[in-house]
Amino acid sequence: MTTIKEIKNQLSNKKISVQELYDNYYNKAKNSELNSFNCLLDPEANKQNMINSQSRYNDGKDLPLDGMPLGIKDLFCTKGTPTTASSKILEKFIPEYESQVTQNLLNDGSIFLGKNNCDEFAMGSSNETSFFGPVINPWKNKNNINDKLVPGGSSGGSASAVAEKICVASIGTDTGGSIRQPASLCGVVGLKPTFGSCSRWGVVAFASSLDQAGPITNSVEDAAYLLNSISYHDLKDSTSSNHKRDNFLEGIGKNFDRSITIGIPSDYLKDVSSEIVEQIESTKKHLKKLNINFVDVEFTTTDFALSTYYILAPAEASSNLARYDGIRYGYRGKGDSLEEIYVNSRSEGFGEEVIRRILIGTYVLSAGYYDAYYRKAQRVRRLIKNDFQRVLKDVDFILTPTTPNEAFKIGEKLDPISMYMNDIFTVPTSLAGLPAISLPSGLSKNNLPLGIQLIGNYFQEQSLLQMASLLEKEFCFNG
Amino acid sequence: MDSQWELVIGLEVHAQLKTESKLFSSSPNQFGSDPNSNVNFVDAGMPGMLPVMNFGCIEKAIKTGFALNFKINPYSVFERKNYFYADLPQGYQISQFEYPILSEGHIEIENDNELKKIRIERAHLEQDAGKSIHDIDPKYSFIDLNRVGTPLLEIVSYPDFNSADEVINYLTSLRQILMYIDVCDGNMQEGSLRADVNLSVKKPNEELGTRCEIKNMNSFKFIRQAIDYESKRQIKVLEAGGKIEQNTLLFDTSTGETRPMRSKEFAHDYRYFPDPDLLPLHLTEDQIEKVRPTIGELPQQKLSKYINEFNLEKDVAKIIISEKAYALFFEKLISSNLIKPKLVASWLVGDIFSFIKDKNIQITDLSNQSSKIIELLEMVEKSVISSKVAKDILVEVLQNNKEPTQLVKELGLEQMSDNDELEKIVDEALKDENDNISKFQSGSDRVLGYFVGKCLKATKGKGNPKVINELLLKKLNK
Repeated sequence: MTTIKEIKNQLSNKKISVQELYDNYYNKAKNSELNSFNCLLDPEANKQNMINSQSRYNDGKDLPLDGMPLGIKDLFCTKGTPTTASSKILEKFIPEYESQVTQNLLNDGSIFLGKNNCDEFAMGSSNETSFFGPVINPWKNKNNINDKLVPGGSSGGSASAVAEKICVASIGTDTGGSIRQPASLCGVVGLKPTFGSCSRWGVVAFASSLDQAGPITNSVEDAAYLLNSISYHDLKDSTSSNHKRDNFLEGIGKNFDRSITIGIPSDYLKDVSSEIVEQIESTKKHLKKLNINFVDVEFTTTDFALSTYYILAPAEASSNLARYDGIRYGYRGKGDSLEEIYVNSRSEGFGEEVIRRILIGTYVLSAGYYDAYYRKAQRVRRLIKNDFQRVLKDVDFILTPTTPNEAFKIGEKLDPISMYMNDIFTVPTSLAGLPAISLPSGLSKNNLPLGIQLIGNYFQEQSLLQMASLLEKEFCFNG
Repeated sequence: MDSQWELVIGLEVHAQLKTESKLFSSSPNQFGSDPNSNVNFVDAGMPGMLPVMNFGCIEKAIKTGFALNFKINPYSVFERKNYFYADLPQGYQISQFEYPILSEGHIEIENDNELKKIRIERAHLEQDAGKSIHDIDPKYSFIDLNRVGTPLLEIVSYPDFNSADEVINYLTSLRQILMYIDVCDGNMQEGSLRADVNLSVKKPNEELGTRCEIKNMNSFKFIRQAIDYESKRQIKVLEAGGKIEQNTLLFDTSTGETRPMRSKEFAHDYRYFPDPDLLPLHLTEDQIEKVRPTIGELPQQKLSKYINEFNLEKDVAKIIISEKAYALFFEKLISSNLIKPKLVASWLVGDIFSFIKDKNIQITDLSNQSSKIIELLEMVEKSVISSKVAKDILVEVLQNNKEPTQLVKELGLEQMSDNDELEKIVDEALKDENDNISKFQSGSDRVLGYFVGKCLKATKGKGNPKVINELLLKKLNK
């Protein structure tokens, strides 16, 4: 009993009550030792929601996510509940407003268990930059059973909690791979929707032109359930798209009634381990069985994606994080002048990685460097978009590994560059704004999950989820 | 000033737009509210809050575009201007930089009876910052965020001015136009209109000198003083063989001098970049053209209409167009078509202005009394009462809300125009005045005035002076 559909059946058939379901997850979450939650909501605070939910089940009028205990990445502002972005600077911040995404989830009946740990301000690929300490991956390397492994990041708490099954699903955010990479490392499903699908209103901003909310779940179908809830045209977010929203559950598990072609970019597989290549090879076999064509495709811009991303994202972050100045809310350092308060609040309130990115971002926007870095990176971003559009003219989806490696040991990757390399396969899609899903495709020699990434065209989440659900059936991955 | 030096001045004018709500948030755009009461989560820079453009501000910008002969750009981009200050919650101001909404405009100003074209480089939309108050408490600064996010249009001229007079004439015209098209309330005291003055001096035919920028001026008087002081200062430095350092200055109103701002107050690298929370602004031809009919008549159009169609004196016409409210009141008074515009105009700038000045009220406070004023002036026009009588009862009419016709009847103030009656009075007045009569006949015109006065006195001011005049001339020239 782990998928939303199964749980809903049990609730409808009175095999379990909303309260029992919640208690079950809440107790597991409370006793978990993986540090995947920054805080759990007081069960009393959820009481009324549960009563309402139960009575809707009793009346046979249940909402799509009624009673589902969810984890919420601690980047979404939740009214009355601490929202920290895993940063000291927001340690005691309690918003007086509810983000649009979490409001949509509440409107559909879900219950929030708590706020998932993540990298500080979503900056990181291992969940080690959190002020509240690293999150531990529930998976163990069978050859080094005592190693504590990272869950990936930045939505590491979300992925770990879903993999540990201490919440039904979680909502993360993805800027350069922050949903897909941890999903891959934790053996769960992670979907980054098309930029503009889900409102950014009330989500602590990292890089506004890239940030996008999305589900981390135990199944592709669950991802469709959540996407149905959070995909929403929000007038409060000027970059929110007004396209017509599909019912994303519609295609789940169904064969395509048209011929489908998947492109596999050879340039993504140049320098990866044989184990990763093997994942793609085995996926090809499954595609064959499903009667789905695959062709080699080649990108010309892949090599530039990571450096482009690490100019643009920090540039936006350096400005987005300017508001955390210790004046109106959040951590305030001591000081006798405004400048001292600024310097101390921000030096003490932000962690090392956040400070590094603010400095990079400030540098690339500075007079004399803007053209060489920021403007050039914007141009390259345009080329990357065009590159994807060229390839997607001939194929329906693009298949790549999600990450170049399996989960690694906490503390293992110390230099930022090797950490940034984790996002090498996810970043190009983010820059293009395209939707992409990571799903577990098998296990490594160390018995750790590996994931593949499927990329679709703009707002084609319905067919992307359909394709993913077919592969999911083939993989029979058992978390 | 040494006449061999030329002044070169350019202006950046910040006009606060008259809109219901702020540029990117739904908070009210209002002056004078309690501190920090017009502030929502967006204005306060709370985490995750996003700007949403208020199209009303765009329409005001388009209107300005038409009125100041700008090219209205179909594509413009909002960028972030990054700096830290306690009254700037977001840590950046949203402004336009590389792609402003308006470019290449101009207006004509009148200087020494000659028209001069002032070119305007650009105008762009931006958010205002809040207010820091440092002088309430010795230890603490106070922050009022009400002004955060209020919409400004920054209008940047070319360095086309050569004197303080030209600058003031331009600002006067600009203010007038912005008020006419309802884009800005023009209230300089409240900071709705502020100017930065860029000034350098040079000798004729020489290259431009190094300029200094005097920041944030909000009175014509101080702008004039600042220009006088700063130009003299620069000339003095240059004549002593020194060099002008490019600098940002403040004008100290108590000493009448300019002084450099502390370097921290301006030494910013603003790190402009396109705001990723907002899409570029695309305006269709349709959206732009829809605004055109809402501009109404501009002050210069009214001026030439008043002079050419209504035969007003230029000086009088200028006074009336100087405020939109005056012009509207004037047009209301002549809309009855019963009174000559010229008569209305002289009454407006004369007794009616004196009245509002005495009572310290606005012309708009008289707007529901306009029909009474029309009634009164109509009686003058038709010679039912004399101008003198009208003047005498104007205050009574306006202040005590009396019906003019009624009042004239009650007090028996109708003008005497009856020839026979007046002839008797004229005859009476000429009695025993042989001395004066012969003075007149030997060429002294002044005596005529004396006789008219005597007749008017005899009629208690009700006699029609025109008729009396005619009768007197007839009798005296016999």
